[in-house]
Amino acid sequence: MAQTGTDRVKRGMAEMQKGGVIMDVVNAEQAKIAEEAGAVAVMALERVPSDIRAAGGVARMADPTIVEEVMNAVSIPVMAKARIGHITEARVLESMGVDYIDESEVLTPADEIYHIKKDDYTVPFVCGCRNIGEATRRIREGASMLRTKGEPGTGNIVEAVSHMRQIQSQIRQLQSMSDDEVMVYAKEHGAPFDLLLEIREEGRLPVVNFAAGGIATPSDASLMMQLGADGVFVGSGIFKSDNPAKFARAIVEATTHYDDYKLIAEISKGLGTAMKGLEMNTLTQDQRMQDRSQ
Amino acid sequence: MTTIGVLALQGAFREHIRSVEASGAKGILVKRIEQLDEIDGLIIPGGESTTIRRLIDKYNFLEPIRQFGKQGKPIFGTCAGLILLASEIDGSYDVHLGLMDIRVRRNAFGRQRESFEADLDIKGVADQYNAVFIRAPYIEGVGKEASVLATYKGNIVAAQQDNFLACSFHPELTDDHRITEHFVKMVEEAKKSLAS
Repeated sequence: MAQTGTDRVKRGMAEMQKGGVIMDVVNAEQAKIAEEAGAVAVMALERVPSDIRAAGGVARMADPTIVEEVMNAVSIPVMAKARIGHITEARVLESMGVDYIDESEVLTPADEIYHIKKDDYTVPFVCGCRNIGEATRRIREGASMLRTKGEPGTGNIVEAVSHMRQIQSQIRQLQSMSDDEVMVYAKEHGAPFDLLLEIREEGRLPVVNFAAGGIATPSDASLMMQLGADGVFVGSGIFKSDNPAKFARAIVEATTHYDDYKLIAEISKGLGTAMKGLEMNTLTQDQRMQDRSQ
Repeated sequence: MTTIGVLALQGAFREHIRSVEASGAKGILVKRIEQLDEIDGLIIPGGESTTIRRLIDKYNFLEPIRQFGKQGKPIFGTCAGLILLASEIDGSYDVHLGLMDIRVRRNAFGRQRESFEADLDIKGVADQYNAVFIRAPYIEGVGKEASVLATYKGNIVAAQQDNFLACSFHPELTDDHRITEHFVKMVEEAKKSLAS
C-alpha cells in the first residue's frame, strides 16, 4: 500500500533541497531566471519581503494566479507562503498542488496564539525559528523543515547569524546535559522533552534547517553555510539587486562551494550593487517581523 | 578498501555516505573532478536534477563522469541521479550523461503531495523493500542492454545495465541498506576485474 504525506516523504523532500538555494519570485519570468541560475526551488509571492515592508498594511497569501503562473513556468518545486495560523490559506495552497508551504512571519499573522497544526496536511511545511524552543515547537506541530527567521527584507545578515548561532549553540549545550537537566531545560524553553532527548542523541535537529532573512550576497550565503545551515533562502537579495541573473548564479555557487574563498572572490567580482540594506536599530518594534511568532 | 564517491554538488549526499559506510565501504564526498581518480565507484544522489546538471556543467564534470563509467567503473544514480544517467528524458534526447539505455519521465508520479512510500520487491537484491518516492521520476522503457529490477504499479522504478544501477526512489532515506550493499558488491567485483 502506498502512503502519502508521511514524515519520511515530507522531511525527505527537504533533504533533497540541501546545499541549495531557494529564491523568492513574483512572476513566471523571475521563476525562470531562478531555475536557470540553479535554484532548487522557488517561493511564489505577490511581493518580495522588502516590498512588503515598504507597502505596509496587511500582507496575505499571494493571489493564486501568481502561484499558478509560477507552477506552470518551472519544473523545480514551488513553495508559497501562508499567514501564521491561517488554516484556509494553507488548505488553498495545498489544493493547488504547491510543493511546500511556508507558514511565515513575513506575512501578517492571522492568529497570535496558535500556529497551524501542520501534521494534518499532506503537503509539507517550513517554519521560521530563532532558538531551540521555537524550532522544537514547530517540529512538534508538524513542520518538516526549518529556517532561521533572520530579519526579512532588510538585506542585513546580522539576525540570521544570531539565530543560526543560537540554535547550534543550544544543540551543543544539550549534548552535555543529563536527563534531569534536559527536563529543566525543556521547561525553561517551552520545548518538548522527548524531542530534546532525540536532538541530544543525534547532535542535530531531526529536520533540515536553512538560513533565511537578510541574505544579500554570495559571501552571506557562504557565511550561513559555514555556521551550519543546510541551504539558504534568498528573498529580496536577488531581484532587488542590479543584475538578478548574475546574483542568482553567484549565490548558488557560493552555497555549493562555501569554503572555497578564491572561487567566492572570483564570482563576487563586478556583480554590481547588492540590495540596499537596513540597519536593525532603524526598525521600530512593530517592523520586526521575527517577533511575530514564538 | 573499496572507496565510493558521492557526487556532492547538491542534494542528499551525506545520507548516502552513511549508507555506504554501513555497507562496509569507504565513502568520500566528490566536489572536484580530480577526486574521480581516488574512487572505485560513484553515486549520483537525489536532489534537483536541473540544479545538479548546472553545477556539473559549471565544474566540467560531464565528460569525466562519462569516461569514469565507460572505463567500467560502477555508477549508481538515485532519483535525480537516475535522470542524469538516462538516454532519453521526457521524450527528448537532450540528455545529461546518457550512460544508460533507459527512457525516463521526470516528476512522473506528480507533485510533492503525491510523493509516497511503498513496499517493493527488487529482483535479486531485496524483497519487501520500503521505498521512498519524492517527486520521483520513473523509467518508461529500457533498451536491450538494461534489465528491470523493480516496478511499481507497472512502472519501472529500478534498473541495471552492466556497471550502471539506477532507481527512482531514495535508498539513503531509510536504514535498509540492501541496495547500497548490492552496489558496493558491484564496485568490488568491477575493481577486481579491472585490476586483472
